[in-house]
Amino acid sequence: MKMKNITMTLAAVGLAFSAQSVFAGSTLDSVKKKDVVSCGVSTGLAGFSQKDEKGKWSGLDVDVCRSVAAAVLGDASKVQYKPLTAKERFLALQSGEIDILSRNTTWTHTRDTSLGLNFAGVIYYDGAGFMVNKKLGVKSATELNGANACIQAGTSTELAIADYFRENKMKYKAITFDTADQTRSGFESGRCDFLVSDQSQLYALRIGLKDPSGAIVLPEVISKEPLGPVVRQNDDEWFNVVKWVVNASIEGEFQGVTSANATDLKANGKPGQKRLLGSEGDLGDKLGLPADWAYQAIKQVGNYSESFERNVGQDSPLKIARGLNAQWNKGGILYSPAMR
Amino acid sequence: MFSNKTTEQIKLETRPSSVGANSFYNNPKYRGWIYQSLLLVFLVSFFYTIVSNTLDNMAAQGIKSGFSFLNTSAGFDVLMSLLPFETTDSYLKIFTIGILNTILVSVVGIIFATILGFIFGIAYFSNNYLIRKISIIYVEIFRNIPVILQVIFWYTIFNALPIARESLNIGDSIFLNVTGLYIPQLVGESGSGFVYGAMVAAIISIFIMKRWVTKRQEATGEQFPVLWSSLALLIGLPLLALLVSGVPFHLDYPSLQGFNFRGGTTIIPEFMALAVALSIYTGAFIAEAVRAGIQSVPQGQTEAARSIGLKESKIMTLIIVPQAMRVITPMLNSEYQSLVKNTTIATAIGYPELFTVFAGSALNQVGQAVEIMFMTLAIYFALNMTISFVMNSFNKRTELTTR
Repeated sequence: MKMKNITMTLAAVGLAFSAQSVFAGSTLDSVKKKDVVSCGVSTGLAGFSQKDEKGKWSGLDVDVCRSVAAAVLGDASKVQYKPLTAKERFLALQSGEIDILSRNTTWTHTRDTSLGLNFAGVIYYDGAGFMVNKKLGVKSATELNGANACIQAGTSTELAIADYFRENKMKYKAITFDTADQTRSGFESGRCDFLVSDQSQLYALRIGLKDPSGAIVLPEVISKEPLGPVVRQNDDEWFNVVKWVVNASIEGEFQGVTSANATDLKANGKPGQKRLLGSEGDLGDKLGLPADWAYQAIKQVGNYSESFERNVGQDSPLKIARGLNAQWNKGGILYSPAMR
Repeated sequence: MFSNKTTEQIKLETRPSSVGANSFYNNPKYRGWIYQSLLLVFLVSFFYTIVSNTLDNMAAQGIKSGFSFLNTSAGFDVLMSLLPFETTDSYLKIFTIGILNTILVSVVGIIFATILGFIFGIAYFSNNYLIRKISIIYVEIFRNIPVILQVIFWYTIFNALPIARESLNIGDSIFLNVTGLYIPQLVGESGSGFVYGAMVAAIISIFIMKRWVTKRQEATGEQFPVLWSSLALLIGLPLLALLVSGVPFHLDYPSLQGFNFRGGTTIIPEFMALAVALSIYTGAFIAEAVRAGIQSVPQGQTEAARSIGLKESKIMTLIIVPQAMRVITPMLNSEYQSLVKNTTIATAIGYPELFTVFAGSALNQVGQAVEIMFMTLAIYFALNMTISFVMNSFNKRTELTTR
């Protein structure tokens, strides 16, 4: 009897542990079921994802999650934000804690191929740069030999700066911190002579300094940092949803659809606009979404241009110019695949 | 025929429960073996399922696994390294550097925590009111504040120092600023081996002298000023060697070049903050352990020592502390282990120890959490087992010998 009991227990435990992957279910279904999109964002980065005093999140990265929530659930506010450090972000996505990682994350070959993740597009073309104290009198990054660098741990910048200094046969000391705020206070205290990060972040961090005019951003851009949302691999349905929500916002700007005129154009617009907004064709159905998916996203969150200007552009304290992030026919490289 | 058997024998043979009394599964020895091996099979299959299931799930999710990443180039810089390091070095090198940095801050922390702990623990029994109160205040303050706050507090203090160009300067050879403490480095030239040899000789002769003094005191009762003669040996011998060999050393002074000081030895503020915070924090706990140990020695011991005419200072060092060590040592063991574990708080201020640099930066660049976490866990486990081993053998030596 005793022997039998032990064998039974063994079998039960064995079964429990061989149960297959917990991620077998589709993310789209689970998002619809729980009626909220779990979105991994930064711990606070002006223009990309930051929380105001009332606890409301805003930023370019946040808008991706809001657009997805609007497209899938019809309500841009149905987003649950999870602030993550650079070090935690991929684990949170792999483990299924979040549905989308939208946290100024650079699309690199290694991340795309070895982490079990997919990048669903690019929402901001960035590049790593340097911010230095004006007092040092440095005009170019080539004068930084022997200096101390403040860097955020676990970023692609950590690798970019090593390459740059090696290329130029210069030395540096890396002082790495967990959060962007820590790098800023390290820079302010003089622990490091310069701060290295994505250019967009440098502008964001500079506004946070006690004396923003005391620091300058050097002209050199030392790496490619295309930032975009990330989803888990092996879930093409959800991958498609996020990819095309990003495209819809870019296509929206290209077609001249804004949050203000979306309702009007849905009824009376050109064929392309109507197809995007769901009054013609079945683009939404093919994604497993309602017909008005892109309409809801643009109506509630705005097209790419609106989102850009509001968060990082002329209507924001950052005042970043469109540059590379303009439409392809306006001097930039934003280009949405065909919406048909 | 029947009459040959006693009643007991007949009872024994016919009793139903005696059937199979000698069969092997009723033999306690074999039974023990069966249960032990069943448990072993269970444990092995348990861990096998966990490991293989994790690997399967990772493969299903498209996450890379294996240890091949260790030989690839890391491509990022580490702030402080006890070994020569280039950004092109491998992840294995990063792992080694992390371990060494962890060991360095642990050893420094353990030494200073022990010194602080013993000073304040013994000070608790001082006859001086002020010293006694200071000891209590020290323990209560630092024991009751979370260690991470203390680490950040000390880091903030070091961060408030002036910038490199306005360094605090002691005799143009020691500089202190926000980027660290710069001290001259002793550089040996040819012939310096002679001086190092003299140092070793001094240490060996101190040990020999100690044994001779103990023997002589046991035999004749005569005492010998061990401390002063040891100091004389330790300073005198190398000094003599230094003069004979014509001072084969020079000092490498730090000097401001460009952004930073070059030359000399640099102690980074992250290290100082972590070492100071951990020493003071753990020191408070050790002080309590020392106090408990001393209080465990019966008052009669002090009185007996006084009655044979020992000086107060001798009572402490010869009678009380050696007996108290039996209580203190096991507690020291766990305090040391806590200190090693607490070094992981470095991640809050960026000191590049194992957890920050390997389970942090490297993990993020490679993304292989399972392997990296396993390696990191194994190292902390090994470090703490080593401490346990050393402290337990020390404990065996100080244990009360019962015959």
